[in-house]
Amino acid sequence: MTNELDIFVGNTTLIDEDVYRLWLDGYSVSDAVGLRVRSGILEQTGATAGVLQSDTMDHYRTFHMLERLLHTPPKLLHQLVFQIPPSRQALLIERYYAFDEAFVREVLGKKLSKGTKKDLDDISTKTGVTLKSCRRQFDNFKRVFKVVEEMRGSLAGNIQQHFLLSDRLARDYAAVVFFANNRFETGKKKLQYLTFGDLAFCAELMIQNWTPGAVDSQVDDMDVDLDKEFLQDLKELKVLVADKDLLDLHKSLVCTALRGKLSVFPEMEANFKNLSRGLVNIASKLTHTKDVRDLFVDLVEKFIEPCRSDRWPLNDVRLFLNQYSASVHSLDGFRHQALWDRYMVTLRSCLLRMYHD
Amino acid sequence: MPGKLKVKIVAGRHLPVMDRASDLTDAFVEVKFGNMTFKTDVYHKSLNPQWNSEWFKFEVDDEDLQDEPLQITVLDHDTYSANDAIGKVYIDIDPLLYSEAATVISGWFPIYDTIHGIRGEINVVVKVDLFNDLNRFRQSSCGVKFFCTTSIPKCYRAVIIHGFVEELVVNEDPEYQWIDRIRTPRASNEARQRLISLMSGELQRKIGLKVLEMRGNAVVGYLQCFDLEGESGLVVRAIGTACTLDKLSSTAAFLPACNSPSKEMKEIPFNEDPNPNTHSSGPSTPLKNQTYSFSPSKSYSRQSSSSDTDLSLTPKTGMGSGSAGKEGGPFKALLRQQTQSALEQREFPFFTLTAFPPGFLVHVGGVVSARSVKLLDRIHNPDEPETRDAWWAEIRQEIKSHAKALGCHAVVGYSESTSICEEVCILSASGTAAVLNPRFLQDGTVEGCLEQRQEENLPAGCGFCHIPYDELNMPFPAHLTYCYSCRKQKVPDVLFTTIDLPTDATVIGKGCLIQARLCRLKKKAQAEANATAISNLLPFMEYEVHTQLMNKLKLKGMNALFGLRIQITVGENMLMGLASATGVYLTALPTPGGIQIAGKTPNDGSYEQHISHMQKKINDTIAKNKELYEINPPEIPEEIIGSPIPEPRQRSRLLRSQSESSDEVIELDLSHGKKDAFVLEIDDTDAMEDVHSLLTDVPPPSGFYSCNTEIMPGINNWTSEIQMFTSVRVSRLSNINLTNQTLNKNFNDLCENLLKSLYFKLRSMIPCCLCHVNFTVSLPEDELIQVTVTAVAITFDKHQAVQTTKTHVEKSLQRASTDNEELLQFPLELCTDSLGPHPFSPAKEHLESASSNSGIPAAQRAVSVEKASPLTEGHFRQRSAPACANSTVGVVKMTPLSFIPGAKITKYLGIINMFFIRETTSLREEGGVSGFLHAFIAEVFAMVRAHVAALGGNAVVSYIMKQCVFMENPNKNQAQCLINVSGDAVIFVRESELEIMSTQQPIASCQPACGGGEIAT
Repeated sequence: MTNELDIFVGNTTLIDEDVYRLWLDGYSVSDAVGLRVRSGILEQTGATAGVLQSDTMDHYRTFHMLERLLHTPPKLLHQLVFQIPPSRQALLIERYYAFDEAFVREVLGKKLSKGTKKDLDDISTKTGVTLKSCRRQFDNFKRVFKVVEEMRGSLAGNIQQHFLLSDRLARDYAAVVFFANNRFETGKKKLQYLTFGDLAFCAELMIQNWTPGAVDSQVDDMDVDLDKEFLQDLKELKVLVADKDLLDLHKSLVCTALRGKLSVFPEMEANFKNLSRGLVNIASKLTHTKDVRDLFVDLVEKFIEPCRSDRWPLNDVRLFLNQYSASVHSLDGFRHQALWDRYMVTLRSCLLRMYHD
Repeated sequence: MPGKLKVKIVAGRHLPVMDRASDLTDAFVEVKFGNMTFKTDVYHKSLNPQWNSEWFKFEVDDEDLQDEPLQITVLDHDTYSANDAIGKVYIDIDPLLYSEAATVISGWFPIYDTIHGIRGEINVVVKVDLFNDLNRFRQSSCGVKFFCTTSIPKCYRAVIIHGFVEELVVNEDPEYQWIDRIRTPRASNEARQRLISLMSGELQRKIGLKVLEMRGNAVVGYLQCFDLEGESGLVVRAIGTACTLDKLSSTAAFLPACNSPSKEMKEIPFNEDPNPNTHSSGPSTPLKNQTYSFSPSKSYSRQSSSSDTDLSLTPKTGMGSGSAGKEGGPFKALLRQQTQSALEQREFPFFTLTAFPPGFLVHVGGVVSARSVKLLDRIHNPDEPETRDAWWAEIRQEIKSHAKALGCHAVVGYSESTSICEEVCILSASGTAAVLNPRFLQDGTVEGCLEQRQEENLPAGCGFCHIPYDELNMPFPAHLTYCYSCRKQKVPDVLFTTIDLPTDATVIGKGCLIQARLCRLKKKAQAEANATAISNLLPFMEYEVHTQLMNKLKLKGMNALFGLRIQITVGENMLMGLASATGVYLTALPTPGGIQIAGKTPNDGSYEQHISHMQKKINDTIAKNKELYEINPPEIPEEIIGSPIPEPRQRSRLLRSQSESSDEVIELDLSHGKKDAFVLEIDDTDAMEDVHSLLTDVPPPSGFYSCNTEIMPGINNWTSEIQMFTSVRVSRLSNINLTNQTLNKNFNDLCENLLKSLYFKLRSMIPCCLCHVNFTVSLPEDELIQVTVTAVAITFDKHQAVQTTKTHVEKSLQRASTDNEELLQFPLELCTDSLGPHPFSPAKEHLESASSNSGIPAAQRAVSVEKASPLTEGHFRQRSAPACANSTVGVVKMTPLSFIPGAKITKYLGIINMFFIRETTSLREEGGVSGFLHAFIAEVFAMVRAHVAALGGNAVVSYIMKQCVFMENPNKNQAQCLINVSGDAVIFVRESELEIMSTQQPIASCQPACGGGEIAT
């Protein structure tokens, strides 16, 4: 005797958090049943495998029906079919939009296109995240991207409003959207050590300081694109390394200030010009899309790796960067102080965050 | 032109995309009532149109207002081709027709399409202006209130209970009309939905007229069912209890009183799922008119070939019964006479109520039931549904005569149902034979008054157990003892009833759900041969179902069943029987004996061993159950009991049987030394199987209880969390060569597994109780069994449970307070004047009724009540924080019970009675049969909730899914389902909120201030 049909419908929709997680993780019903059995639930409750199978199927069916609504979370709040307490609604949404670190690192900065979607197979194999779950996460990124891409107002705010995510998660999504839009390269081997947290941190600062929204809160795409004018202006910084006098003066100011304070002072002194050239050249090249994409690669190659190879402690890096930015204000011949600050404040924080093993 | 209906279409949201090109929709709305139609403007290119229409006004007869539903159709405008329908909303405007219910219907309704399901929502406002107020009751039955609840609704007082009302209307089923061959499935589904809606309206109006004739103003325990007779038509029928209700004027008065559900033992809506059918006139051949009746242990089961209506069985008046209680005889006789004369004028002294005010129910005789098998034939003249009427009349007559045989003149907890397969239909009716208190039936006589004194001295709560029949003329063999509570009257050894446990009954321990399940194969046959075969099988099924029930009851160590409901379902090649009831241990009845197993061949050593092994298992199970359900009756020394009646002990013996009639059984009296033991004889493998199956029923996991009554006997400290659910399973019997045994096992497993699944799913609510567990079985196809369960899980506080059961004082206090709140005068129509202390009112009520009658403000009574139950209240306060508040969509609770734990119902907004059809031609795409039905049931819930919310309510009580007919054709990728649900829309207020309000306005002063139910928000 087989059950052809087996359903349970509650006036309040029953949500089992554990099963929801299994579903989100992309397990099939039978795998999920297996995992639940292993969790010892049968012993705890005295249920049979059949009961567990039926229960799992039922929850999966419910989640499947809810999924359509989860794609536009405000609909979940207004729909009448599933009566779900608000706290549960929030949980459903938050978990649905949560993503795996391993997955996001693979996709971050890639174009959210069909092409990438085809690569999900490989990503799944590489990260151990099931293909189904990869698809959900990818589709979430894409969906959020599409909705907020051309919206005015704060990126994170828009995401929060349209997807009802928590503050934290909305900011993460803002980073994902920002990376995807600017196509920053994050997949190179030398960037592998960076966590999503590092990159999201950088993205947030860049959104705050380097986008059109940083100066005018009424422009379109204010938070997703880098401020073109700003990038254009950055060329002006080139004088800091092109003008030999200015470069020498800058160096001496920094060295004077830091003498005796750095454990790696000699190395710093020897490398100053290289480092400074690196940082300023990165700025001046940002008008080229290609160079924008390579921003993080460049930062690592031009600054982080040299310092790391000389074994600079983090604190020395901090002292150096502070002094390096501040000393420019004492360069009388340099007229772009505000521009310099807009560039360096963000860059300094990013570099410090990225400076680890 | 007595009414003006006004409708305004405000807006839509979440509409489906109807224009692929733009991904948008150009929506407009048609509003139709009767033959009149209005249209809104087209709102271009939007999925969230804002029509904000003018008021559409329909000027109509109130007859139409009652019959017709308001029909709202949302369409997509198309310039070049026909407009596409998006979906419809049917709104029953009946709740707007009586003054105390809703005044406006306003809210978001799901737009429903029978093919696509819910497609967005529409915001509608509906109002009704009724003219000719004075006259309107005469012309139609506007103003008669309907309640599904099978007890007197919470904010009302019953002035008079008039009695049974019934009606049926028939029509052709649109699905079977010739035109159906050329129209779309959608059109035919909609025709059907509309027709049933119309028929329901008409039926309700006709019942209303009958109520008005009886000079009542309400129908309580209203149960409406439809029978899909296929080719022969569509029958919609309803039964109910006509009453005159008075709205309790002051909410304050009963605020504190009825809040704790612990005290509110209420009814059980019968869940019978009727699939009845009738067709009328013409060459209908009522085939076998045989009716079977049985009644449990104390009633008797015999196969009466139709009427013993002429019974002279009218109870012999007392006397002779010397040995019994002294005053018992004459009193009983008197009672009987009075009641009889009171009720005899009535054609059917039936009551669909299952819970009654204290004192209403004097004695309970036992279950009476009757079934009859009919052959369906086309209804030739829908206006004259005489055949169907005659069928039911016959069955009711049968029931009435069975009740008489039990010395009873009334039947309470009455319900009717049908089961249809092809052209064969089984009609069933059942109820509980009872003697009602003459005080409620007519003016008490002096003698009555005297007798009453005696009765008053009895400890409360055992009276209803005392036998109403004359013990020397017992209609069936039973085993009588003196009542274990009062020691004065005789009681049977077991008691079966279809009603809820009376509030004043004393029980020991907790109750539990008991089910008997049975399948019988039958040959496929046509027409008359088929009907004959079914008729022949029925008595055996009844018999076995009772045997099983009795055995299981004994196994649980209990002695009474409440809420008994037996469903016999007919299929192509089998019959299924499913009986559900709640077992309890009544203190008034004797301790049940054990079950003893007897082998056939006592000489065989190993066999003997096997038997003794089984015996041990059974004994262990009984012991375990007693512990589980906390059944530990005080030991009473034999002498005090005064030896269980000097009559020759009749050992009812069980040859897979019980003390039921069957003549063959009675003679075989093996007096196995152990007295009071039931003997199970194992004479063949069948019997062995039966014993095994007895032992396979697994008790619910710890922390879980279940019952099919309103509330669980022995648990009275409910907390506020409730979860109503419907679960459906369809099983395919794989094996073609089925035997009764494998079938039984399959069926048993199906039910047991279903229960296990429920326990597992609801484990987070522990400790909790599944209340009002309602199983329905149907046989949609040859090898398919469908089981549908609706129930509500309610959490309770374990800690306090222990306390309350221990302190008897508490209990009696609570009982007293229940009495307060339940209304005291409850006369039937014959005795309208309830003034003056009634001679028959039991002692403790005396005070109460005196005070209530003498105009002491209700509020004052309330105060005392409040004091009586501080415990429960305090308790609720701490737990009642509503889990889900302030979401955008208001929460609407649904429950099959008549109350909401931890809350007080302040207003009834009207009856909800909805019928939906859903069909699909893309079954696989919708997730197969499970996906399809899951979505549909969720949608039905949503539509019920939306209607309740639009009426201004926040809950549906006495909710019942009367029908869930599911048909599939996987090969064609198709499925269809019909669902019929009903309930009462109400406004409830959490007790915690009430307390705040009552502190704000001291109770005494608020009494005149706050008129009925206005607190509600």
